[in-house]
Amino acid sequence: MSTRILSKSRLDISALLAWLVVALVIVGLFSTIFTPDIGVMDAPRLALCLVLLAIAAVRYELGFMRNRFGDVMLGLVTAFATWLLIDTVSNHPGDAALGFWALTAAAWASAWLFVERLASWQIASKTASRLTNLAIPALFGITLLVLWQIIVTGAGVPKVLLPAPTEIWLRLINSVPTLWADFRQTFLKAVLAGYAIGCGSAFLTAVLVDRVPFLRRGLLPIGNLVSALPIIGVAPIMVMWFGFDWPSKAAVVIIMTFFPMLVNTVSGLAASDPMQRDLMRTYASGYWQTLIKMRLPMAMPFIFNALKINSTLAMIGAIVAEFFGTPTVGMGFRISTEVGRMNVDMVWAEIAVAALAGSLFYGLIALIERAVTFWHPSVRG
Amino acid sequence: MTALAGAKDTEMVDNHKSASPDRVIDIEKLSLTFETGDGPVHALSDIDLKIEQGDFVSFIGPSGCGKTTLLRVIADLEKPTAGSITVNGVSPEEARLNRAYGYVFQAAALYSWRTIANNVALPLEIMGLSRSERQERIARNLELVNLTGFEKKYPWQLSGGMQQRASIARALAVEPDLLLMDEPFGALDEIVRDHLNEQLLQLWAKTSKTVAFVTHSIPEAVFLSTKIVVLCPRPGRIYDVIESDLPRERTLDIRESPEFLKIAHRVREGLKAGHSYED
Repeated sequence: MSTRILSKSRLDISALLAWLVVALVIVGLFSTIFTPDIGVMDAPRLALCLVLLAIAAVRYELGFMRNRFGDVMLGLVTAFATWLLIDTVSNHPGDAALGFWALTAAAWASAWLFVERLASWQIASKTASRLTNLAIPALFGITLLVLWQIIVTGAGVPKVLLPAPTEIWLRLINSVPTLWADFRQTFLKAVLAGYAIGCGSAFLTAVLVDRVPFLRRGLLPIGNLVSALPIIGVAPIMVMWFGFDWPSKAAVVIIMTFFPMLVNTVSGLAASDPMQRDLMRTYASGYWQTLIKMRLPMAMPFIFNALKINSTLAMIGAIVAEFFGTPTVGMGFRISTEVGRMNVDMVWAEIAVAALAGSLFYGLIALIERAVTFWHPSVRG
Repeated sequence: MTALAGAKDTEMVDNHKSASPDRVIDIEKLSLTFETGDGPVHALSDIDLKIEQGDFVSFIGPSGCGKTTLLRVIADLEKPTAGSITVNGVSPEEARLNRAYGYVFQAAALYSWRTIANNVALPLEIMGLSRSERQERIARNLELVNLTGFEKKYPWQLSGGMQQRASIARALAVEPDLLLMDEPFGALDEIVRDHLNEQLLQLWAKTSKTVAFVTHSIPEAVFLSTKIVVLCPRPGRIYDVIESDLPRERTLDIRESPEFLKIAHRVREGLKAGHSYED
């Protein structure tokens, strides 16, 4: 009863979206689609797109098939209408006018409506609900890519400013050997080595700092100072010290990752509460036993925070460091040279690889974190 | 009032006997002063106390009277600033290093990343016991506190009462002759508390351990103890020591008996007098 009152008083976004689709379709019907003078009736595929969107929205407003089947149909119709938009605009690059934008907006609103419906599904099965939970962000991402494609093509944005996703994709699959070599040089060598050494040495330093109190006052400020050094100042120096190849990049990564790990581990080791320390004391537990059996497990949430922060910092550090001298391979090297040659699609392809690698790296660490700190209130839920 | 003071005096005289071989805890003229920003705080002042093997001693008093601090001094978690104390005839630090006592804290203080069985195993691992010995002690002590079947659960999957029972099992697993308990049932509801009190008494009767028990509940103190130490605050000191003449075998029904009520009355009077002294 109370939920019904609540849902009535709340804004019904789904209905609003459906009305928006209808309104936008009407705008599309009566305005110019492509300059100079192409209406929707001159472009049969767009006419079909318009009709499909209109039917989908009106069906929803009238209440036909407001069930999962209807929602799936809405999704399929939206996907098809969007494909029609992309396909048509590729023949009229840069000519899009008000009517076309109205149809694009209608397709976007329709996609939103679909995701809105998807999010409202009550699913009993665990795997199915997990799949929908994955589908929603995936659909969101795809919608963004599609809008990017349509807007860049329709408005005729110069390739140097922003290439369309399809162009980036083409460049990506045509340059797999180059990208792989760059990835190996930057990620598999510099990032992973620097990350492991940086986090590992910071961890050991933290234990040392914890064991020898005067180091806390001596080492922490130095660590702080090093972390405040600007990377573009440090990178050329590291190149001079360790040469052009990946070790100099790994050194930059070490400098960037060391301090977050140190600070987090030190505060993690101090995170146990007095009662738990007293408990270990009553067992006459030695320093190392207390460290391994109580303080390290307690510090794990802190340590994993640092590991996650560092996973992205390491990528940034390695790529930026390659701007300051490198053999003719590496993601940062490729970005800096291809920008100079106006090959922006290659730059974007490298960015895509870096984003993917960074996200997977982060995701992997987050997964390990869930397994290790399953007991922490933030994980056990 | 004078009668009470008289009782206190005879107790004091009794306390000055020479150390017997059965003496578990021997405290003489012990004081502890915390230096704080607002000046010194006299947490304990001139404490004299003897605890014999097999005693069940309760420390009772209002908050701030130093009853927990006294227990912590016995456990070598605090160092006294004056006076002497021996536990099992040696210094508290030696006793701690010998693992002479088991300590039960106000909260269960279980480790959330360990199962109940592994929490009980924690002190045993530190002591370096063999795997089979650990298994055997875990099973025995969990059974003692009625937690058989919960070995594989994590602490956060258990109720507060069960967690506290697990922490008692953990303290017992060390198999100490001396059990120090700091308001172990303070956070539990009355019914669970009564139940655990009965279990604790049975356990004590079975194992002939010495127990030092901090509480702020008069019925709990009277029900459990052979000796009740009433403390009063500012500075924390012993106001009265009551030897209970209740039989060692007790059930919850004893709380209705006139003997029980008489002792409870004396404890209450002691607490009141200790307070009015302050006001």
